[in-house]
Amino acid sequence: MSDQSATTDVNVNVNDAKQIYIGDVGPGVKKRDPILIADSVTRTFGGNTAVNVEHVEIPRNMITALIGPNGAGKTTFFNLLTGFDKPNSGNWTYDGQKLAGVPAFKVARRGMVRTFQLTKSLALLSVMENMRLGATKQKGENIFRAMLPFLWRDQEKANTAKAMELLGRFKLDTKKDDYAASLSGGQRKLLEMARALMSDPDLVMLDEPMAGVNPALTQSLLGHILGLKDQGMTVLFVEHDMHMVQTIADWVIVMAEGKIVAEGYPSVVMQDQAVIDAYLGAHHDVDLGTLTGQLAVAEDIDPHLVEELREEVSADPELAEELAEEQNRTEQ
Amino acid sequence: MDFTFIPLAFGQLLSPQTIGFALAALGLAVHFGFGGLLNFGQAGFMSVGGYFFAITAVKFGFPFWLSLVAAIIGAVIFAFILGIPTLRLRADYLSIVTIAAAEIVRYTVQTPQIAPFTGGSDGINGSSAAFDALNPIPPGRYGIAPLLYSASDLWIIICGWGAVLVLGLLVWQLMRSPWGRVIKGIREDEDAVRSLGKNVYAYKMQALILGGVLGALGAVVAIIPTSLQPENFGTQTTFFLFTIILLGGATTVLGPIIGSIIFWVVLSLSDGILSILVTNHIVPLSTVQQGPIRFIIVGVALMLLVIFRPQGILGKKRETYFSV
Repeated sequence: MSDQSATTDVNVNVNDAKQIYIGDVGPGVKKRDPILIADSVTRTFGGNTAVNVEHVEIPRNMITALIGPNGAGKTTFFNLLTGFDKPNSGNWTYDGQKLAGVPAFKVARRGMVRTFQLTKSLALLSVMENMRLGATKQKGENIFRAMLPFLWRDQEKANTAKAMELLGRFKLDTKKDDYAASLSGGQRKLLEMARALMSDPDLVMLDEPMAGVNPALTQSLLGHILGLKDQGMTVLFVEHDMHMVQTIADWVIVMAEGKIVAEGYPSVVMQDQAVIDAYLGAHHDVDLGTLTGQLAVAEDIDPHLVEELREEVSADPELAEELAEEQNRTEQ
Repeated sequence: MDFTFIPLAFGQLLSPQTIGFALAALGLAVHFGFGGLLNFGQAGFMSVGGYFFAITAVKFGFPFWLSLVAAIIGAVIFAFILGIPTLRLRADYLSIVTIAAAEIVRYTVQTPQIAPFTGGSDGINGSSAAFDALNPIPPGRYGIAPLLYSASDLWIIICGWGAVLVLGLLVWQLMRSPWGRVIKGIREDEDAVRSLGKNVYAYKMQALILGGVLGALGAVVAIIPTSLQPENFGTQTTFFLFTIILLGGATTVLGPIIGSIIFWVVLSLSDGILSILVTNHIVPLSTVQQGPIRFIIVGVALMLLVIFRPQGILGKKRETYFSV
């Protein structure tokens, strides 16, 4: 593959595994070993520009988070990259091969597989059938060979074994004969991810994998995603859950109004003023369950609100005590 | 009172008409039940198959096997014409195009300019000559009165049910193969299947062709003992076929076959019963009203079926728990 040559002819310290980028960090920064490179990709709906990405590179064997406010064009960008939508202009390469204009099913065959924001489990197929469908290069999927079971029976057995192993990892093995329709929303997310992995992808693109998933399941999903990286896959995901982004992402790309507005390591990007303004909001790390938190937010919105809150606190001795306690704690 | 209608109704169990509708309904089950393709023009596939068969047999004097191949080719061409522009679009478009195309075929074959070729509104007689020439059964009457079959009746019944058996097994095998899994996946969500690297368009086209060919073969069986009549392939035929697959179970292989048998036996029985009731003045209906009344009964029965047993007679109950 071309990735070897790409890394040797640039003058960087290749021994530094942590170094993801080359040059100055900023939107569209070059990566040491990109798997996906997109150039001037635009998509407009009528007069509304949904996506206008000048240049972006996705680092190989890393977990990259794509964040941004609602309507930033994250999902549209996903759809364009995976062939589910056609851009007005633009080019992108995957593993050095041109991918623009390639239909969705061929994109998947090249090893770039995606999941959907609104989970697409195949309701009236069993969980196991859902999984088997994910396997690629199946001989029995040809209509003529399908009539002769002895041609594909062995492959089917191998796929079933592989599916069982994956289902076991995602704790769905006991559900294998149930219709996918009988699974809960979170389990369907798991099934969709497991099904995507049946094709042994190189790049996994997850569109909001945590939406509607309970905290315990979130933990195990995070583990699964980290596991993908250990197995040598690249992960690109869209997510609104900042906790998840901070925990597992190696790199964060921020989109707003169709453009890439910031890029960088998660801890650095979260402090970026442009990101805070566009997406997180000034009080993103404030706990609204506490009085001090509420006061801090109220200060920004309306000074009268602060007065009202303070009056309320002074009128109630219990609240006043609580506020004093909280302030003590923060000072310590 | 004359009760011979009862054995005659049960004669529908085996009749070529039942076979023809069983095959066409099986094709529609491939389209709609397994593949989610909303084809409202299955009568069009039947009509194209019937005309390709009859024209090549009668006008060109093709041997039977060649005419049969012609019928299959006709259905394949028709499937391409319908599928190429519509299968990339949403499911609704296919239904609009198919219902229109079936009507276009029905009107086109009746135009006087091509009547020497298609027989106009009279249709085509005598397409069974080449088929009967292959008949090994000695002439005579077979069966018990009033259900008597001539040698050629028996020949088409045997060949017809043989075809149902072979094609039923073929569809059953296909639907339990990885190919069938892709087809069923497309029914559930074609974008999901596309994201897994399957060429959805090609699979939909294959399903459209397979179901269409089954429709064409059904028409061949149905026209051999009688004649080819363009009016037999109106929209009513398509709706009969939908009734049959909903009755038997749209996502099963046996459902359309059993459904076709029940449909024709019940229709024939209800006609006989109504006829007795009307001629003996037991119900206040005229003989003119008698015909439409039985379709009203069929319609009500279908509504009750869809309400109380939406999966059909052979369908799995648990599938309906999740229907949207």
